[in-house]
Amino acid sequence: MHSTAYLLLADGRFPSGGHAHSSGLEAAVAAGRVTDLAGLESFLHGRLSYAAPVTAAFTAATHLTASRLGRAPSHTHSDNKVPFLTLDAELEARTVSPALRLASRRQGRALLRAGRLTWPSELYAYLPKHPDGPHQPLALGVTTAAAGLSTEESAHIAAYGVLTGPASAAVRLLGLDPYQVQNLLARLAGACDEIAASAAAVAHKSPEELPAHAAPLADISAEIHATWEVRLFAS
Amino acid sequence: MLADHDESVPHTHPEPGVDPHPPLPQLDRAVRIGIGGPVGSGKTALVAALCRALADELRLAVVTNDIYTTEDADFLKRAGVLDPARIRAVETGCCPHTAIRDDISANLDAVEELEEAFGPLDLVLVESGGDNLTATFSKGLVDQQIFVVDVSGGDKVPRKGGPGVTTADLLVINKTDLAPLVGADLGVMDRDARARRGDLPTIFQSIAEDPHASQVAAWVRHVVAHSRGHEHAGAH
Repeated sequence: MHSTAYLLLADGRFPSGGHAHSSGLEAAVAAGRVTDLAGLESFLHGRLSYAAPVTAAFTAATHLTASRLGRAPSHTHSDNKVPFLTLDAELEARTVSPALRLASRRQGRALLRAGRLTWPSELYAYLPKHPDGPHQPLALGVTTAAAGLSTEESAHIAAYGVLTGPASAAVRLLGLDPYQVQNLLARLAGACDEIAASAAAVAHKSPEELPAHAAPLADISAEIHATWEVRLFAS
Repeated sequence: MLADHDESVPHTHPEPGVDPHPPLPQLDRAVRIGIGGPVGSGKTALVAALCRALADELRLAVVTNDIYTTEDADFLKRAGVLDPARIRAVETGCCPHTAIRDDISANLDAVEELEEAFGPLDLVLVESGGDNLTATFSKGLVDQQIFVVDVSGGDKVPRKGGPGVTTADLLVINKTDLAPLVGADLGVMDRDARARRGDLPTIFQSIAEDPHASQVAAWVRHVVAHSRGHEHAGAH
């Protein structure tokens, strides 16, 4: 365990760009699908059912790949990059909404910036270059590896982040009672733990075998949200 | 008679060309100047005025942090003071101060994208979303910062202080033309600003009367020249 590094990365104050993203909550609020704490609970259950397994599994798989390479790099830099290219392509295929791809990459780029400066490492250079940045789960996987965390811890931070982003956005957008929102997160902790454990357990599998859950309404909402003239959150 | 024409009120102090800070380190990138201040104090109008004044002599770009995403950027684009492609808007998730102080990643990305697309640049202006008197820029994001308040917010604002009024590299007290209409005493604001800011400069201005914000533009030229070892600024 590297408890303090783990807490640093899981902390919502870690400067990795997350505060500007509501992970679909702003769109759901505008559409009247989330208006109160019960609505937020349903929304977060949804996030746990489709987004968390994919995000956590790709984070854990990237972490495992990066950690192994960190211990035993191949001789050529390009060989080291191949598994990350595959992870990137598989996650891209699972992210059908262009708006959500962009949101993921922008958050990945922000996390990469913070990670590089917080835990310097050669591992970051293995991530595929993309003008908008690496996908967030890939950036998180490499950052957690650079920070010396375990695969389980990396999956846990990923699954937890899937919940805390929209929960924090709900406090800001709906003025929900922050104590009740924390109580809700505590009640979802068991489910979040299970998802993280499952994700860590499949981290060794080849990328195409990783979870591929999808939520068409979330994709459609994200595309509509991206066209709004006036919005508070980037996604 | 406008109050800021009254000779008993020193409009500007100390001489804005005199910078009490140690010289900036010489940069191999554009100078970044943050422009912050409360809602409605005239930040966007100041950015537009600076673009008007400086766009022909400095290679510049603008990042806006509007609460409503693109309102300020759209205003600047409509104002026609700068190529719209050189203006980027950053979303701030209901927390404009977070985006300029606590988690500056989206702003750094925007600045770097502009430098990549249009670089080399001399100057990037980063305008914060309208916030409160405690909102200041991170030193990780900007090299110098301007804090803008206006006389219609009340002449007590400088006395109330706060990190923006107290520590900004330049304090701009805006809309001096409105002072008689709102009963603001510029002399009081001047005295309180001196008390709060020591040697740091303060500029009183009215963009309605001076659409090129000439005193602030002069301060900006000075900052850019210093960062470049007096070489590039104003040279073309």
